[in-house]
Amino acid sequence: MSAIYVLIGFSLLIAIGFFLSFLWAVKSGQYEDDYSPSVRILFEDEKVADRPTSQANQKPLDL
Amino acid sequence: MEKQTVIDKGKQLEKVSCYHCGETCTSHDIHLEEKYFCCDGCKTVYEILNAHDLCTYYELEEQPGLQLKIPTSLEKYTYLDNPEILDQLADFISEKEVRIQFHIPQIHCASCIWLLENLYKLRPGINFSRVQFLRKELSISYDPSQIQLKEMVGLLASIGYEPAIHLGNQSTKSSHNKELLYRLGLAGFCAGNIMLLSFPEYLGLTAFEGGEFSRFFPWLNLLFGLPVLLYSAYPFFRSAFQGLQHKKLTIDVPIVLGILALFGRSAFEIISQTGAGYMDSLGGLVFLLLVGRWFQQRTYDSISFDRDYKSFFPLGASVLKDNQIETVPIHKLKEEDVLLIPHEGIIPGDGVLLSPNSYIDYSFVNGEAVPVTIEEGEKVFAGGKQTGASIKVRLTKKPSQSYLTQLWNHDSFQKEKEDSLGELANKYGQYFTLAIITISLIAGAVWLWLDPARAAHVFTSVLIVACPCALALASPIILGNAMRIMSMAGMYVKDGSVIEEMAKIDHIVFDKTGTITYAHLQQVSWDGDELSDADVSSVYSLVQHSTHPISASIKTFLEKKHPQILEVSDFQSVKGKGLAAKIQGEEIRIGNADFVNLNKTQALLRTHAFVSIDHQVKGCFILGNAYREGLKEVITDLGTYAHSLISGDHHGERGRLRTLFGEETPLLFQQSPEEKLLYIQDLQKEGHKVMMIGDGLNDAGALKIADIGMAISDNNLHFSPACDIILEGNEFRQLADWMRFAHGSISLVKVAFVISICYNLIGLSIAVQGLLSPLIAAILMPVSSLSIVGFGLLSTHLKNPKRRK
Repeated sequence: MSAIYVLIGFSLLIAIGFFLSFLWAVKSGQYEDDYSPSVRILFEDEKVADRPTSQANQKPLDL
Repeated sequence: MEKQTVIDKGKQLEKVSCYHCGETCTSHDIHLEEKYFCCDGCKTVYEILNAHDLCTYYELEEQPGLQLKIPTSLEKYTYLDNPEILDQLADFISEKEVRIQFHIPQIHCASCIWLLENLYKLRPGINFSRVQFLRKELSISYDPSQIQLKEMVGLLASIGYEPAIHLGNQSTKSSHNKELLYRLGLAGFCAGNIMLLSFPEYLGLTAFEGGEFSRFFPWLNLLFGLPVLLYSAYPFFRSAFQGLQHKKLTIDVPIVLGILALFGRSAFEIISQTGAGYMDSLGGLVFLLLVGRWFQQRTYDSISFDRDYKSFFPLGASVLKDNQIETVPIHKLKEEDVLLIPHEGIIPGDGVLLSPNSYIDYSFVNGEAVPVTIEEGEKVFAGGKQTGASIKVRLTKKPSQSYLTQLWNHDSFQKEKEDSLGELANKYGQYFTLAIITISLIAGAVWLWLDPARAAHVFTSVLIVACPCALALASPIILGNAMRIMSMAGMYVKDGSVIEEMAKIDHIVFDKTGTITYAHLQQVSWDGDELSDADVSSVYSLVQHSTHPISASIKTFLEKKHPQILEVSDFQSVKGKGLAAKIQGEEIRIGNADFVNLNKTQALLRTHAFVSIDHQVKGCFILGNAYREGLKEVITDLGTYAHSLISGDHHGERGRLRTLFGEETPLLFQQSPEEKLLYIQDLQKEGHKVMMIGDGLNDAGALKIADIGMAISDNNLHFSPACDIILEGNEFRQLADWMRFAHGSISLVKVAFVISICYNLIGLSIAVQGLLSPLIAAILMPVSSLSIVGFGLLSTHLKNPKRRK
């Protein structure tokens, strides 16, 4: 039955691991904005190679 | 081919909405190929984006833009060149990089995020930009050698995202939220583990396993219980203690008693090895209570409810010194400084006009609807918005001592409104606490007589089971959800206690300009002979040449008749009188009665502009306030409340307002900000609960002192004074619905109280008999709390007036 002690120890380690990752997530500000990441991931990566000419032709915007 | 053009024409006659902002286009003149725009502003934004390959903007969301009718002039941001101001605004400054956060209220959709994060494509020198959607903030890093802060702001303004620049960060708010999340996370983590370790106990396995595990598991539970008690439950201890300091028995007192009883009893049982303890109930209780707090604390980070006049003024002004322009931060301005105020600029302090003449819009400061003409040498007052070309003003008083800012020295601004979070729960909580303490003492005493060995057991059982967890959850969940529902419709409530106050209101005081009227819209009507098309064109061509606000209103009015622009000769504009010119051989004059040689003996209250053609008076334009759509319905709907109208403007609209508000409503005109405040105070002394609805700086005192101050905001960029509720202008017509919703929410809280009291009675009846076991507590507590949460969410959802329509 002493296997239980070992198993409890492992399960606690894993739980603490998740708890720490939660703390890290809060600390790094992931809970402050739960909308923009969901949108940002859907933005197409710009194919830079496709548009070298148009990029080069751009004039800086005069203001 | 021919068919094609016919179809095209048919298409053109259809209603089209602007490709940029989605507004319905009034004409079909502004377009690029197939794409139609409602105004030149929108078209310009499209052109800018198109030229820089940024049209993905239009693909992510349909018509994502915001209308940009009034082009913003960069001039008013000249003060941003001042290094001292840059220093205050920026987060980080070095020679190669400046990092700054802008608050941009216009951010509202995925397209906004995309465009703002692709700013670097628009202009070299921008390293990166990132949107914080919920706070509506944009962090930008740019290279100061390539682009200046002023240009940066101008760039954002040119694509429709003009930042609201004011000092003072709200970073304290986010750290507060983080702390709550830490506490919540810890409580959840501990509660979960304790429950897992309590399973043998739930299943009655302790006897089967013998002594070994029945000691080990509870000890682990005790270990997990400690952080819950010491860290997660800390806010409840703090607020209970604060309440006691003010000699108030808040709802937190029985909660704290319950928590202490739970922990003390469990610790005793575990250490003395007499039982398994109630640690699982403790963990679950604290976790659920924190969820309730978190639910109510999800506030609107992007909205500031406590602004004072300082955030209405720009951060700096241009000062003329020895013919040189210098930007000076506002707090460093002195008497005798000569300021250069650009078009659309705000006058920061009282002073004297040095330029020939100017039109100044005081609608926000004193409620006067029509901009006033100020001549050279006359006084101008702080807060006025300058609508003409740039002017020079010599300050006579420092900005902090102006007529306007004196209002903030009034007593009502010195004291803070008491924080009355969850007032309703606390009101009942008092009796509740007393009842529990009495019941537990009586039960303990009775058992002391019956069976002294179990007296302590019964005493703590009562305290544990009576812990008003469901009661404490009811109001945060219901009011928190009500706030969320309101905010989705454009009504932003400061906190839950405001909804409680809303349900008590019996008198509503309205301001006029900007509140029940549209701030910048004048209703123009024509009174006189019908004008021929040629005459319309002549008048239109004449007013075209003037920048006076009245001319502008007449111009917009005539535009509907599709006038032609004719050649104008001998144009003259007489200050304070009118305009005259020769058009197609006829002499056209527009102006006051004198100007068109009309003898009017009676004084005219509403603004009139008479028109004469070849010395023959044709009639006049009458300018009046444009009332908000649905105003009449709102007032009828709010029939159960007493109303007052209190305006800073003259009484020219009395007749129309009388028919709108009915005979009994007091209508007060030409009220100073101070008088408004005193009027509300008088009503309160008579025992009324007053809600003030206003918009401008002149209402600031009244908004502050009223039981509920509601600010109407047509433009979220616009400054709104300190208040409890911010209502978007287009939601005004729903006002009565929201008042009813507030009432309904409070009734729901009361229903939830009754339900939770029932749970408590069941629990108490078990506890006084000395039958409470950890298993019963572990079932009863979560069931009662979760059913209240479910009831709260569902019932507020069903009450939502938007859903019912």
